[in-house]
Amino acid sequence: MKHLRSIDELGRDGVVRLLELTTHMVEINSRQVPKVPALRGRTVASLFFEDSTRTRLSFETAAKRLSADTMTFSVSTSSVNKGESLRDTVETITDMGVDAFVVRHKSTGIPWQISDWTDACVVNAGDGWHQHPTQALVDCFTVRQALGRDRFDGLTLTIVGDIKHSRVARSNISAFSMLGANVVLVAPPTLLPPDVSHWPVEVSHRLDEVLHRTDILYMLRLQSERMSQGHVPNLREYAEAFGLDARRVGMLPPGAVLMHPGPMNRGVEMLIDPSTLTNSLIHQQVSNGVSVRMAVLFDLLAGESSASHLAQEAS
Amino acid sequence: MRLTRQENQVSNMVMSADDVRRAITRIAHEILERQHGPAQLAIVGLQRGGAWLADAITAAIRHIEPSTNVPLGYLDVSMHRDDIGLRPVVPGAISRIDFPVDGATVVLVDDVLYTGRTVRAAMEGINTYGRPRAIQLAVLVDRGHRELPIRPDYVGKNLPTNLVDDVRVASEGVVVTRDGTT
Repeated sequence: MKHLRSIDELGRDGVVRLLELTTHMVEINSRQVPKVPALRGRTVASLFFEDSTRTRLSFETAAKRLSADTMTFSVSTSSVNKGESLRDTVETITDMGVDAFVVRHKSTGIPWQISDWTDACVVNAGDGWHQHPTQALVDCFTVRQALGRDRFDGLTLTIVGDIKHSRVARSNISAFSMLGANVVLVAPPTLLPPDVSHWPVEVSHRLDEVLHRTDILYMLRLQSERMSQGHVPNLREYAEAFGLDARRVGMLPPGAVLMHPGPMNRGVEMLIDPSTLTNSLIHQQVSNGVSVRMAVLFDLLAGESSASHLAQEAS
Repeated sequence: MRLTRQENQVSNMVMSADDVRRAITRIAHEILERQHGPAQLAIVGLQRGGAWLADAITAAIRHIEPSTNVPLGYLDVSMHRDDIGLRPVVPGAISRIDFPVDGATVVLVDDVLYTGRTVRAAMEGINTYGRPRAIQLAVLVDRGHRELPIRPDYVGKNLPTNLVDDVRVASEGVVVTRDGTT
C-alpha cells in the first residue's frame, strides 16, 4: 500500500489487513508505556486545510506512539496566507524530507493531486464530500470489537442524516458493505445525492420504519449551514423527523448499537444524551481512532521501502 | 546475501522428542533453582516460535511447584525490531502480558537463539510494560553467530552451526538441514 485515499482503492483485503493490524495497536496502547520504536526516523506531516479536533490529534498521537517525527501545518499561520499555492506548499514540505502526508481539504480529489506532486505516502483525512477512509476503518473496527465478529453478514447499518454532504457516509457505505453488512440510508430527499442507484444501499425517508431492523444506528451531524442553504426547512422539523430521542432508542432491537462520528449537534440529530445509553459506541469510536491510525501509518511506512533499503545494505 | 538451496541437502535430527521434553524439564528446574523458588517469577514466550516452549516450561514449573501460580505471557517483538519491514506483523500473534511486570523476574523464552536481535527487541518490549527486577533468557537451541552482546541463562542444547544451516525446532524434535557438499 502506497497511499490511503479511499476505501475502494484499499479494497476488502486491505480493510481486513488494517483491522487485524489495529488489534496489535490496541494492545500497545494498553501498555504502561504505550510507545514502540517502529517508525523511528520517519516523518509524518499533517496538512489540514479544514478544522479538525479528533482526526488531526489522533493522527499526531498515532505517529508519536510509533516514534515517528511529526510536522504540523496549520493554514492560518502558513505562507498560504501570502498566496503560496497548494502545490508549492507540498513541494516545499517534501523538500524538507517527509515520508507521509496526512491531508484534509475541502475539495474532492486533493489527496490524488498531492500524490502526483510528491514521492511521500498520502493519507486522506477527509476530502470535501468525498472520502474519509480512516473514519470508516475506525467505525468498522469499533463494531467488530463491540460485537465480537470479523464479518458483518446479516447486520444492517442505518445511516441517518445529511448523506449528500457526508464523506463519512460515503466511506462507511463502501467499508461496511465490503464486510457484508446491509446498508440503509435515511434522509430527507434534499439531503440525498441525486443518484444513489449505483450504491449498494437501500433508501428510506422515514426513520421510524427502519429502526426495528437496525443493528448499527449511525447518526450523522447536521451542519447548521445546511438550513440557510435551504436543504432543511428548519432545525426543529428536522429534529422531529430524523433526530434520535428516547422513544426512537426504545424502538431499536435489543443488542443494537449507536454511533456518531462527532462533533455532535445536541438538540438537532441527538435529542438524548448518548452517555446515558449503554449501547452507545461513541467513546470507543474516539479511543479506537488512535489505534486505527497507528495501523494505517505502520502499514504505509514500515513496509517495503525500509525492507529494500536493508536488503541493499546486506548485499 | 541471498541464500540458494542446493539439491544435495542433508537433514539431521539433533534432538528427539524425548530430548526436547527432558531439556524443558531441566530448564524448568534450573529456573526455579536460580530464583530460590517461584516468588515474583514470570514466563514470557516470544511470538511465535517461543510461545509453545513458554507453555511447556510453565507447565513443567507448575508441575514441580504445584502450590504456586507462575504467570505466563506472550510478546510479539515485531514493533521493536531494528529490521522492521523485513518480517511482517503476524495476525493473531498479539502480545498478551496481563500481569504486573514491575519488580518481577521475567524469563524470556524463545526456540532458537541466533543473532540476538530478537532478544534485544524483546528486552526493549518488556520495558514498555514496566520495570522488571531482572530479565533472564531461556532457549531450546543456541546456534551461535551472535551479533549483539547477549548470553542465554538457560540452554536446552548448544548447537554449532554454519550461517547457511536451517534449524527447525518443534516439540517433536530439532532438525538441522545443511548443504551436503560443505
